[in-house]
Amino acid sequence: MKPQPLALKMLNVVSVLLFLAALGMVFLYAPLEVTMNYVQKIFYFHIATAWVGMLGFIAAAVAGVVCLIKHDQKWDIIELAAVEISLIFFLIAIFAGSIWARPTWGTYWTWEPRLTTAAILEMIYIAYLLLRQGIDDPDRRARFSAVYTLVGAISVPITFLSIRLFRTIHPVVIGTNSASTGSFDMTSKMLLTMFFALFTFSIIFVDLFWHRIRLGQLAQLVEQLKLEELQ
Amino acid sequence: MENNQQSSEHKPASNFLGAINAIVWKDLAAELRSRELLSAMLVFTLLIILIFNFALELDPSTRRVATPGILWATFAFAGTLGLNRSMSVEKDRGCLDGLLLAPVDRSAIYFGKTISNLVFMLIVEAVVLPVYSVLYNTNLFNPGLIVVILLGSVGYVAVGTLLSSMAVQTRTRDVLLPILLFPVVIPILIAAVKASSGFLQGLELAEIMPYINLLIVYDVIFTAAAYMVFDYVVEE
Repeated sequence: MKPQPLALKMLNVVSVLLFLAALGMVFLYAPLEVTMNYVQKIFYFHIATAWVGMLGFIAAAVAGVVCLIKHDQKWDIIELAAVEISLIFFLIAIFAGSIWARPTWGTYWTWEPRLTTAAILEMIYIAYLLLRQGIDDPDRRARFSAVYTLVGAISVPITFLSIRLFRTIHPVVIGTNSASTGSFDMTSKMLLTMFFALFTFSIIFVDLFWHRIRLGQLAQLVEQLKLEELQ
Repeated sequence: MENNQQSSEHKPASNFLGAINAIVWKDLAAELRSRELLSAMLVFTLLIILIFNFALELDPSTRRVATPGILWATFAFAGTLGLNRSMSVEKDRGCLDGLLLAPVDRSAIYFGKTISNLVFMLIVEAVVLPVYSVLYNTNLFNPGLIVVILLGSVGYVAVGTLLSSMAVQTRTRDVLLPILLFPVVIPILIAAVKASSGFLQGLELAEIMPYINLLIVYDVIFTAAAYMVFDYVVEE
């Protein structure tokens, strides 16, 4: 087994350090929000995890398209890695959002566009994993999952728009200070903390993505070795 | 049938519409002889309406609000039944391989299957509407509603045909289709339910138009997308 490349090892360390720094900034640097107090602290990681979920979603869609064009197993591995990361991080974002929503909106869950879209996206990803499970031939699995990722990537924005036609209570945090429940004015320290959290989680995303792709390649190698052994 | 086969032998590949036509007629003729699919779908839809009747206690005031939802839930569930059946028939009897061997563009197979699935779905809907109207004393013969049903069915079948041809080639088969299909047709269900209830409550057209537009956009985008990727789904 090949050891982790040096760059990856360094990235591991950097991710951990950045995460600790982000945690420190959230609790020590960013000021307390007036009405929501400590509850508002979860906002920084809520946004950051949703951002990573979004990155994974885009990466999966791109990998799916390239996989269809190039017919290369490599892109299938990348696509699966992106989908899994996106699945987990949207789940974290949904949970973090629920914890925030309970004291702010007074309910864990509302059928609000972003929440509902995130939940539907989770459903699509679970369906994606079930689809992969049902196919043995790796080539067909790559094709079908790429097609499904593409269908999902097109339908999710439309889903968001269609739910948006209903009224929304989710705050649009940046650029407005409307009086709708839950939105608040961000001080520059808060903004800085938010962007730092976004940056940190982007690095963490790259690190996890790399690890997951590597895992996929190793799994493929094991698969090949097994086949050679059988023949 | 025979005429169609002959004509596609004479001028292969070029006769795109002829190929679509042949597939649609093949499906309709097979259905006319066996009546397996339509009878199953029809009985199933009636059962769903029956279940809703007891689940929701459809008194007149509930009906006014719930009718569009019930209709679309019924169509969505019955639709998966039809999509599964029409694709697994092709797979089981080796028909799909035969179709793939034919010297026509693969997308002709997609459009052929989509059109025949659409016809089955529209037939079921055409039976459900009067039955529902009689059972619940609600007039559903509204031209707007019929347009919505047509647009909604087109989008549903466009995605459904693509996904069902994927689902039948997996180990889990029939079980998989609703799981794959429902999360991606949610825009259709939202828009169709909203537009239907708009028409049934007699709202202004301007209020309903956004949903109609959404349906049209969805139909166009997904028909085009499915047309582009269908090759990858049937490739061996």
